[in-house]
Amino acid sequence: MPEQRPTDLPRERFRAGLRAGVPFAVAGFLLSASFGVVARQAGLPAAAAIAMSLVVFAGSAQFAAIAILGAGGSLGAALVAAALMNSRFLAMGIALGPSLPGGPLKRAAQGQTIVDASWAMALRDDGSFDRHFLFGATAVQYVTWVLGTVLGVLGRGLIGDPNRFGLDAIFPAFFLALLLAESRHPASGGVAIAGALIALALTPFTPAGVPILAASTAALWGLRSRPV
Amino acid sequence: MSSAWELVAGCAVVTFAIKAAGPIALGGRDLPAWFSSVVTLMAPALLAALVASHTLANGRHLEVGPQTAGVLASAGVMLRTRSILLCVVTAALVTALLRAL
Repeated sequence: MPEQRPTDLPRERFRAGLRAGVPFAVAGFLLSASFGVVARQAGLPAAAAIAMSLVVFAGSAQFAAIAILGAGGSLGAALVAAALMNSRFLAMGIALGPSLPGGPLKRAAQGQTIVDASWAMALRDDGSFDRHFLFGATAVQYVTWVLGTVLGVLGRGLIGDPNRFGLDAIFPAFFLALLLAESRHPASGGVAIAGALIALALTPFTPAGVPILAASTAALWGLRSRPV
Repeated sequence: MSSAWELVAGCAVVTFAIKAAGPIALGGRDLPAWFSSVVTLMAPALLAALVASHTLANGRHLEVGPQTAGVLASAGVMLRTRSILLCVVTAALVTALLRAL
């Protein structure tokens, strides 16, 4: 979580976010290289694969959409899958909203910096968010996400099957590390287990993405333990 | 492949709209106490769900595979070293080694 002193300037908070985002940016680089390879294998032109990372910047949605298009699915089905994979950002955006100042357009633009790791790290104990920390942590991840995609697209012949290198384990390991590092509420452990169980229970019966969104309801446990 | 560019544009619009919805609807408001508690617990709920669904499921099937062992090993490393990078590298190495066997 961001340690903040009252004297900290926005620029310092941004820099703190940049530093905190580096390990996730490195992991994201490997993951996006894997995306570049998979996207080309699915038939996406090189420029389109790179453009997707530039303008979408949402790993799980990108992988899901490519998988459906590559398997011969329709554009509509791919977009629905992407939307479902991204639906957790709706919950994260609702949580972040009260911490963002400015008019609707400015807030919408700031909301684009929501990515899982940055969001979780920028969350303060009182439920508010350190937005400059969020911007910094996301900025560094954005750069490596795009660079990794370029590497994957151009070097796919050398990389081959990215799962051979265990790259598919990076994504969950990354979130597990964050979970272990960021759990500070007394009920975090129980809520984490409940969230995982909800997601697993729904997996066989619902489209990808829905189990993750549904797991966020485990956080309603917080209604029982209001902060003083 | 025109559908590729339609996919890129469509995904960009969908992602933008989803990330913008909460900040537009709730921007700049004061936090009620119950909201803070729920928000604080959304991180463990969402992160654990992401971990579980990528470690113990393949599509709609629940299954245990090399990546399960890799992620479990990474949890041990994280608890001992608190290094996210070491944790991620361990997950990839263990998974790759098991796949190579």
